[in-house]
Amino acid sequence: MEKPLTQHIVPGRAPLSLKQYEQVGGYQSVRKILKEMAPADVQNLVKASDLRGRGGAGFNTGLKWSFVPMGSEAAKPKYLVANADEMEPGTFKDRVLLEGNPHQLIEGMIVAAYAIDASISYIFMRWAYKVAAREIMKAIDEAYEAGYLGENILGSGFSLDMHLHTGVGRYMCGEETALLNALEGKRANPRAKPPFPQVSGLFGKPTIVNNVETLCCLPHIINNGAEWFKGLSKTGDAGTKLYGISGRVKTPGCWELPMGTTIRELIEEHGGGMQDGYLFKGLLPGGASTDFLVEEHLDLPMDYTAIQAAGSRMGTGTMIILDDQTCPVGFVHNLQHFFAQESCGFCTPCREGLPWVEKILQAIDKGEGKPEHLLTLDFHTKYLGPGNTFCALAPGAMEPLQSALKYFREDFERHIHEHHCPWSKAKVWQPSI
Amino acid sequence: MLTVEEKHKIDHEISLVPSPKNACIEALKIVQQNHGWVSDESLQDVANYVGMSPAELDSVATFYNLIFRRPVGRHVILVCDSISCWVMGYEGIRDSLSEKLNIKYGQTTEDGRFTLLPNCCLGTCDRAPALMIDNDLYRDLTVEQLDEILEKYT
Repeated sequence: MEKPLTQHIVPGRAPLSLKQYEQVGGYQSVRKILKEMAPADVQNLVKASDLRGRGGAGFNTGLKWSFVPMGSEAAKPKYLVANADEMEPGTFKDRVLLEGNPHQLIEGMIVAAYAIDASISYIFMRWAYKVAAREIMKAIDEAYEAGYLGENILGSGFSLDMHLHTGVGRYMCGEETALLNALEGKRANPRAKPPFPQVSGLFGKPTIVNNVETLCCLPHIINNGAEWFKGLSKTGDAGTKLYGISGRVKTPGCWELPMGTTIRELIEEHGGGMQDGYLFKGLLPGGASTDFLVEEHLDLPMDYTAIQAAGSRMGTGTMIILDDQTCPVGFVHNLQHFFAQESCGFCTPCREGLPWVEKILQAIDKGEGKPEHLLTLDFHTKYLGPGNTFCALAPGAMEPLQSALKYFREDFERHIHEHHCPWSKAKVWQPSI
Repeated sequence: MLTVEEKHKIDHEISLVPSPKNACIEALKIVQQNHGWVSDESLQDVANYVGMSPAELDSVATFYNLIFRRPVGRHVILVCDSISCWVMGYEGIRDSLSEKLNIKYGQTTEDGRFTLLPNCCLGTCDRAPALMIDNDLYRDLTVEQLDEILEKYT
């Protein structure tokens, strides 16, 4: 089984230095594109590979690039930003790539920057990734020294600068337009679209924001071609995927596997099955802002298409398991506390609605819920849904809530009728001490 | 007053962006690294230096979880309170820390050694529960490990 993105990552071992990385074929894609390919060729190849954004939205990467104005008339400088903010609860896949093989990311960023003719690039990384920041800084320095970054890369005439920017903590920074505001030294509120960042992004210039895992796929697509990349998958969505599991399985972790590996295989073979004494009750397939899936979905392939057809989203592909000894109301309460806290407060439904939802869940969790509370939660899932808010944060927050109300409604009702949490008292989620 | 070294570092950040204002978050980080937090006085100094009003800069400073606008201890403990850590039972860690240090969230020990804060997902969910102290990440935590971990910080 091919694992292109993680083949050189050994947990507990320092990442490859630039020299070591070159010895295993590193930076070959940069040499190839600079010598043989025009930016349009790179765009077309990546479009043909069907690479879809690994940050969760799943948009075709080459198509996203194609909206960037090209040619001598295009506004300059253009920017490429690697989104390494990874703050979605339950998500830890980009950390593996950042800490494990920083040169692969840099190589991918050079490919992406070349494809859109960007001359300045940023890695926007969350503050908590201290080891990753150290390794990335080291790798950027090495890449400059070797001539892969800076002026006139390998004598090609193409130039690219790269900076690491570490954030100061706010989930909103993962949203691409909010990220750009943060990079500009502003509050990370999202921006109105259009104009899209491809046309008017960082400092008003054309900008592409791509996820870390997406960028790490690029060198391999350049080296091996679009058909090879599609062939890595078990289903119609191309490539491999970094999947992860957290929660009460025997061996939680992160694994690169063919796209379309089934949920059951992930949990049972890679996650080692449920811990003794715990039964599977449900899961969030791709982070905190995705809809619950349950037992009946276990044989679905984890890809964009199948998970969407089942009413959820693959999101980041890092799943969180709900076990039978964890209260689903407490689970959702924890999530809504997070979303309410991380709302930027810019638009009213999100700023006012999420704390209301949190308050109701807290009441239900504490045994103070009333039957009409469920209706209030139901209407929030509509009013905070897509189209009613400025960005995707509140609709994302509603995904686990609406699906919990669907699959675990009885558990909500039991809290209300029995006036206490049927799970142990210790399992009532309490945000404060 | 910003120190010469702080100004030097802020100048470098300003040189990378179109307008000095664009470097304001970096400037706040630089000041915080030096003092542990951003006082009203520091905020004014940075605002003057990058050409913003103090109110405008404070709107940025208070937006971000990790710009501290109140004094913190010599070491800041950030306890992950997000979903995977909760499923794996982080409350025991939190409550034990609170008891050992005799502080609640948002408080600092009397000797100024530790501040205890909740924090969103630390991105290490497969090894929950987790916390960070300053730049150090601790994971697969049990209550039994806490004394040894705390001893490292004076």
